[in-house]
Amino acid sequence: MRAFLLRRLLQAIPVLLGVTALTFLLLQLAPGDVLTTLAQNPMVSAETLDSLRRRFGLDQPWYVQYLLYLRNIVLRLDFGESFARHQPVFAVLREGLGNTLVLATAAAVVTWGLAIPLGVWAAARRGRPADRVLTAVASASLAVPELLSGLLLLLFAARSGWFPIGGMHSPGWERMAWGARMLDVARHLALPALVVGLVPLAARMRQMRSSLLDVLHQEYVTAARARGLSERRVLFRHALRNALNPMITLFGFTLGALVSGSFVAEVVFAWPGLGRITVEALQSEDRYLVMGAVVMSTLVLMAGNLIADLMLVVADPRMRDV
Amino acid sequence: MSEPAGRALRALQRNRVASAAAWVLGALYVLAALGPFLAPYAEDSIDRSRFYHPPQRLRWLDASGRLHASPFVYATRLADAREWTYVDDPAAPLPVRWLVHGEPYALLPGVRSDLHLFGLDAGRVNVLGTDPLGRDVLSRLLYGARISLTVGLVGIAITLTLGLALGGIAGFAGGWVDAALMRLSELLLSIPGLYLLIALRSAFPATLPPGRAYLAIVAILSVIGWAALARVIRGMTRAIRNTEYVAAATALGAGPARVLVRHVLPNTFSFVIVAATVAVPGYILGEVFLSFLGVGVQEPAASWGNMLGQARSLRVLTSFPWLLAVPAAAIFVTVMAFNLLGDGLRDALDPRGAGEGRGR
Repeated sequence: MRAFLLRRLLQAIPVLLGVTALTFLLLQLAPGDVLTTLAQNPMVSAETLDSLRRRFGLDQPWYVQYLLYLRNIVLRLDFGESFARHQPVFAVLREGLGNTLVLATAAAVVTWGLAIPLGVWAAARRGRPADRVLTAVASASLAVPELLSGLLLLLFAARSGWFPIGGMHSPGWERMAWGARMLDVARHLALPALVVGLVPLAARMRQMRSSLLDVLHQEYVTAARARGLSERRVLFRHALRNALNPMITLFGFTLGALVSGSFVAEVVFAWPGLGRITVEALQSEDRYLVMGAVVMSTLVLMAGNLIADLMLVVADPRMRDV
Repeated sequence: MSEPAGRALRALQRNRVASAAAWVLGALYVLAALGPFLAPYAEDSIDRSRFYHPPQRLRWLDASGRLHASPFVYATRLADAREWTYVDDPAAPLPVRWLVHGEPYALLPGVRSDLHLFGLDAGRVNVLGTDPLGRDVLSRLLYGARISLTVGLVGIAITLTLGLALGGIAGFAGGWVDAALMRLSELLLSIPGLYLLIALRSAFPATLPPGRAYLAIVAILSVIGWAALARVIRGMTRAIRNTEYVAAATALGAGPARVLVRHVLPNTFSFVIVAATVAVPGYILGEVFLSFLGVGVQEPAASWGNMLGQARSLRVLTSFPWLLAVPAAAIFVTVMAFNLLGDGLRDALDPRGAGEGRGR
C-alpha cells in the first residue's frame, strides 16, 4: 500500500513538470509578457514596472524564468501575482477551488442521491412504462450540452424569479445570520448544481439500472425467489448489495472529474469557482493566474484519480499487489 | 466502394433514426453553403430603427380578411423606446418579394451576387427578429452556420490526420519515437479539457480578425483532440503490425511507409469514422464556447457561439428571448443529429453487429 502510494506520487512529478513547462511555453508564445496589460495603465510608473520585472525575473532568458517560477511554487507555493486582482495567485486559486468544490459536491449529492433510487426503480419495473420513460429521458439528457441546459435554466430563473440569476451570494450576505447565509447559498447553488449533475445523473442511472438487471439474472437471486422471499426482500437484501459494487468503483472514477465538470456551469451562472476565474484571467490577460489555474486543475484531477485508485485498493484486496 | 463500406452503408440506411439525422445534417450544410443568398441581409448590416425587434410573422390574411397570393408583413413602429416594444400597422401590409436585389455578397471567393431569396421593397423583414444592434437574426444564423458547422469538420479532419499519422508512426516505429509521442499525449490528457482549451487560447492574441480566429480555434481543438485518437490508433497499429499479411507485404519488398499507409491504417478506418462522427459535436461546442466567452469568433462576424453570448444578460433573458432560443435551437439540432448519426454508424460498422456477420 505504502509502496503503491509512493510510486504514484513519484509518477506524478514528471507529469507536473511537463504541464508547467507546457503552460509556460504557451504563454511565452503570446505577444507581450505578464506585465503588458499593467504597462498600459498610466497610474503605474516605469520604476514600478522595472522593479516588478526584476522581481519576476522577466529580464532573464525564458529558461531562467521557468526555473524561477518552479522554484517559487515548490518552495513557497508562490504561483506569482494576479495583476488584475492585486492578489497572490495562490490566494485566488484557493478561494476559487473552495467554491468549485462546494458546487461539485452539491452536484454529486444530487447525482448520486437521485441516480441510485431511479436506477433501481427502472430496473425493478423493467419494460414497463415507468422504465421506458426514465430510460428515454436519460438518453435525451445525455445529449444536451451543458451550455444550453445552463442558459435555459438561467432563462427559467430570470422569468420565474424563483431563483437568483448567477453569483454565489445575495448583496448583504455578510450581515446575514448563519442560517440565512446557508439558505442563501443553497438558493444560488440549486440551478448550477442541476446543470453540473444532469448528464452524470442520466449516465449513473443507466449504469445502476443495467448493473441491477445483471444481478437479477443470477442464480442466487432465482434461488432466493424460489425460497419464497418477497420480491421486495430479494431486491433490497440480496440483489442490490451486489449491484452497488460496480457503482462504488464508478464513484471513484468520477472524483477526478469533480473540478472540471463544473466549468461551464460556473461560467454561465457566474459562480466564483476555478473555471470562472480561469476564464476571467484569460479575458484580462492575467497570465500567472491562467498558468496557476491550469496547474491547479491538473493537480486536482491527479489527486482525484489517486484517491479513486486507493479506494479500489482498499475495497478489493486483489489490487494490492498491482 | 469497398465491400465492408457498402455493407455498413446499407445497415445505416436501414436505421431510420440515423438516416434521418444524416438528411438533417445534409440540409444544414446546404443551408450554410447558400447562407448569403438565403439571408435577406448581410451579417453586419445594422438597422438603427429596429433594435431588439421581435420575430415578425409572415401573414397571408390581411385586416379585411382578404387572402394574399404571397405572404406579407405589417410595417411596425417603435411603441416604447425604453422597453423596445413595437406595434404592427395593419394599414400598411408590406408584401414579401422573392429573388430581390440587395446587399452584395460572395458565395465563394469570386462568386459574387446581390440576389437574395426574399426581401421587401422598402424597410426590412426580420423573420427571427433582430439583435441589440438591429441586425437580422436569421441572416446572422445563416452566416454563423458557415463558421460553426465547418469548424467541426475542418477540426476533425486535422485531428484525424494528426492522430492517424502520429499514432501510426508511434505504433509502427516503437522505441524512443513511440515513447516520446506517448508521453506527450499523456501530458495533454492529464490536463482537464476546458482548462487546456483556455491555456491554448492564451497563446494567441486577445483579439483576432475572423479569419485568424477561425484558424486559431481549429488549431486549438485539433491539438486537444489528437492525443486520445493517436493512442487508440497506436494500439491498433501494434496489433496489426504482427499479422501475417503485413509480414507478407514486407516480404514482397514494401517499405515501412507503404505498409503503414496501404495495409495498416486502412484497417483502423471503421473505428476512425465512428470516432470522428462522435467527436464532431465536441468541436462545434468548442467553437461555441470560445465565441460565447468572447475569445473565439468576434463581432461583427457572426457565429452561433457569439450569438449565444449576446443572450447572457438578464435584460435579454426576460425581454428578448428569441436571441437565446434561435442559436440554442440551431446548436441543439446539430449536436443531436451528429450524436444520432454517430450511434447509427457505430451500430452499422460494428463487425459484431446483429445479422451482418463479421465485417472486414
